[in-house]
Amino acid sequence: MSSHWSEARRAARERHDYQALIELIPYARFLGIRAEGGNGRLCLRLPFRDSLIGNPRRRAWHGGVTAAFMENAALLQLLLQLDEDRVPKSIDFAIDYLLPGRAEDLHADCTVSRLGSRVAHTVIRCWQREADQPIAVARAHFLLSAS
Amino acid sequence: MDSSTFIAALRERYLELSPHMAECGLTIRQLSADSATLELPSREDWLGDVESGRFNPGIVSVLVDNSAGLAVIAHAGRRDAIATLDLRLDYLRPAFIGSPLFCRARCTRMTPSIAFAHAVVWQDNEAAPIATAQGVFMRSGANRVTGGDA
Repeated sequence: MSSHWSEARRAARERHDYQALIELIPYARFLGIRAEGGNGRLCLRLPFRDSLIGNPRRRAWHGGVTAAFMENAALLQLLLQLDEDRVPKSIDFAIDYLLPGRAEDLHADCTVSRLGSRVAHTVIRCWQREADQPIAVARAHFLLSAS
Repeated sequence: MDSSTFIAALRERYLELSPHMAECGLTIRQLSADSATLELPSREDWLGDVESGRFNPGIVSVLVDNSAGLAVIAHAGRRDAIATLDLRLDYLRPAFIGSPLFCRARCTRMTPSIAFAHAVVWQDNEAAPIATAQGVFMRSGANRVTGGDA
């Protein structure tokens, strides 16, 4: 069972192929999350599609989907960075919406701001055209496997 | 439009107005000026982990955002345009794929520009919630002089 995880992590770390990592989270695959690498930090992208609209009149992203994308950005960053053999368990999540999400792709990255032996604290940013103009910021705590 | 007519019209139209709610198969179980209860069907697509069978937290956020937004509009008694300012969730217990999730949301305070909401999510047992949540919404339609149903 755990070989899925180590293979997915190896593909991500060595070949910058993140698809296997995303496949470990069926909901991330359902949303259509894509990943690009960097120096150990993932940059996630959620391509726009009509069925992710929350408000058709304004063609704005569904606020819940933006939150879901950011939560999964944090999970994927933790899976890449740590040697967990399961998806970390969510403890809590808080998001602040700064700008409306236009009908264009979303981007997100995640910083693991504190890594304890059992709990990780993460900060997630989400933007559209300009990386320095986030449309939402969020933070989340996750419970890690007992090591 | 009186309150019960508005609630009935909202109940009929709210889900079809949001493409993503339709895609997720969300249904309104109960709606009044006091509270809104939505049901999310269980699907393999919501899995958070290929091995554990747990729901992904993201789909819970989608359920909560919709339920709280609907509760705010029902409480306002008119189709205000609302925007989520913030949302906060505590995941109290895991939920496992196999049976639906329910979310009941209430608007706890409403001012002309801001609405506060509280939500509880459960799976099989309402007395043992899987998550609690709080959200704050901006009522951007509240100060409009002209009417409309945006």
